[in-house]
Amino acid sequence: MSRARTPLLALAALAAAGSAWAAGGDVGEAAKQSTNWIAISMFTAFVVATLGITKWAAGRTKSASDFYTAGGGISGFQNGLAIAGDYMSAASFLGISASVMASGYDGLIYSIGFLVGWPILTFLLAERLRNLGKFTFADVAGYRFAQAPFRAFAASGTLVVVAFYLIAQMVGAGQLIKLLFGLDYWIAVVLVGALMMIYVLFGGMTATTWVQIIKACLLLAGVTFMGFVVMSQYGFSPERLFAEGVRVRTEIASHNPAIADPAKAGLAIMGPGGFIKDPISAISFGMALMFGTLGLPHILMRFFTVPDAKEARKSVFWATTWIGYFYILIFIIGFGAITLVLTNPEFADTATGVIHGGAGTANMAAVLVAKAVGGNVFYGFISAVAFATILAVVAGLTLSGASAVSHDLYATVFKHGNADSASELKVSRITTLALGVVAVLLGIAFERQNIAFMVSLAFAVAASANFPVLLLSVLWKDCTTKGAVIGGFLGLISSVGLTIVSPSVWEATLGYPKGSAWFPYTSPALFSMAIGFGGVWLFSILDRSGQAAKERAAFPAQQVRSETGLGASKASGH
Amino acid sequence: MSDPAVERIQRHPKYQELRRKRNSLGWTLTILMLVVYYGYIALIAFDKEFLAKPLGAGVTTIGIPIGMAVIVFSVIVTGLYVRRANGEFDALTRDILKDATK
Repeated sequence: MSRARTPLLALAALAAAGSAWAAGGDVGEAAKQSTNWIAISMFTAFVVATLGITKWAAGRTKSASDFYTAGGGISGFQNGLAIAGDYMSAASFLGISASVMASGYDGLIYSIGFLVGWPILTFLLAERLRNLGKFTFADVAGYRFAQAPFRAFAASGTLVVVAFYLIAQMVGAGQLIKLLFGLDYWIAVVLVGALMMIYVLFGGMTATTWVQIIKACLLLAGVTFMGFVVMSQYGFSPERLFAEGVRVRTEIASHNPAIADPAKAGLAIMGPGGFIKDPISAISFGMALMFGTLGLPHILMRFFTVPDAKEARKSVFWATTWIGYFYILIFIIGFGAITLVLTNPEFADTATGVIHGGAGTANMAAVLVAKAVGGNVFYGFISAVAFATILAVVAGLTLSGASAVSHDLYATVFKHGNADSASELKVSRITTLALGVVAVLLGIAFERQNIAFMVSLAFAVAASANFPVLLLSVLWKDCTTKGAVIGGFLGLISSVGLTIVSPSVWEATLGYPKGSAWFPYTSPALFSMAIGFGGVWLFSILDRSGQAAKERAAFPAQQVRSETGLGASKASGH
Repeated sequence: MSDPAVERIQRHPKYQELRRKRNSLGWTLTILMLVVYYGYIALIAFDKEFLAKPLGAGVTTIGIPIGMAVIVFSVIVTGLYVRRANGEFDALTRDILKDATK
């Protein structure tokens, strides 16, 4: 990339890198829009329907098992949709389409990174998770370990991932809803917090699952329609769509005197651009996305909702299919945003290619495509779907955080596994309330912060702390409690620490001068994953205690159970 | 932990067969997936120009079909594994469990 055209491209790349984490919430400071009644009424319909489901689910949520895993009675296909609903966050829907609109091909790189963890999860972990697990991933990873120290680690890993992910979603929700519905930021955050608490509190996993399934269906139907209409305008020829995108981008570049070669700038959207600057960042970032997926506690938890290993595998296959399909459509919709939104003076300044309404409006790309292809009613529908998307994701996160506190900390660490189902259920409900209140308060506190790093941090922590511990404890005979706990905490601390001293926090959030960050790369995963895996390995082989010998001796039995499902917990039968 | 069923399973010839087949399929596909994805990432890291080369006379670049292929490949290998595991591997598992727990 030549120096002459770097300023604008660097800016675009920056906007893209930020906006792709939009769930993430770098929605910037969005301007408040006029109240959008169609969207509000559609969204109200969604809320009423999901509250009805919650009421039904509440009647079926009697034991801790119902609360955490819907009694294990979800089918593989349903769970696949729910996983997709849990995973296709607003970061994917709004962030990646905005990223494609801003820099084209770079958006596809994100999508691919988010998808490629799923096959690995299928091959190495899905059925083992189902066979060994009960309620949380700590049940699996800590199967043969000393419970108290291990659960303390697992709960920390879970809560850190959930906290960052949740704050990012709350802030993203507030900004988005301000844009979409014209509601005040704090009202939006309180609304999201209150609804998520109601779903989880009363309906537990059953309600959360159905909210995710409905949201996944609405979102998939919405993007299918948008993708179809966008493609139909170009005779279903991708080449014609891309050519029009390049033409529009070239035109926009030609209005910018800083760009010497507009044709080249226009064509730049068809190849990888500047968002990954150096090879180490590219690899490290790729690792965070791929392996982070395998360590997200709210995703891993979904594998305990199906009756057996067969359904667990089916669910991950369906999830991968839907998520892959979704990302292909998002790429088309992103190009649709270039050709239909950036060329329409109602939506954007056609000379500069900037959507009206101030900072953060780039994240409106997909929603404005909806308006362009389907008019006001469809625009209202997609706005409501975007809100529903956030609700489904935060409900899953809250449930996962609550289960870490009630099942891992309360029932196992404090009650030494002797807590009865009713008191465990009570603790998880109290935790749900506490998490909801904290999420709302932090969401409001972080309103004006640049929190683009938070989702990437959640993925990096999941990849560096939860994933190494889970993988090694399940597959490696010599892994011990000491190794897992020390290595896991090292992965956790190094991923958080390196993120703080990386440019995205040190410079963008804490405001230190450019170039002063100690850690120069986009993502810490390459290093923090090495520290996590290395730590688990080193402290395991150094562990010569009697406890370690017992844990190693217990491995063959664990292996047999994980591979055959012998003694696996069954569906609770309703 | 001294469940007699565990020992019976460990000695069961079909359990050895299951482990051998599943490990070889699971790890082969894992390595394949890692090679495909990090091959793609390596192209982005070291040879952006290659991905930005136009395919034929239009604007579509080589990077587009390659990126789409990575997505489709991920779905297909997942499907391959799930199909074989839910058929052949589950049948073996059923036999093993039947013999071990009777």
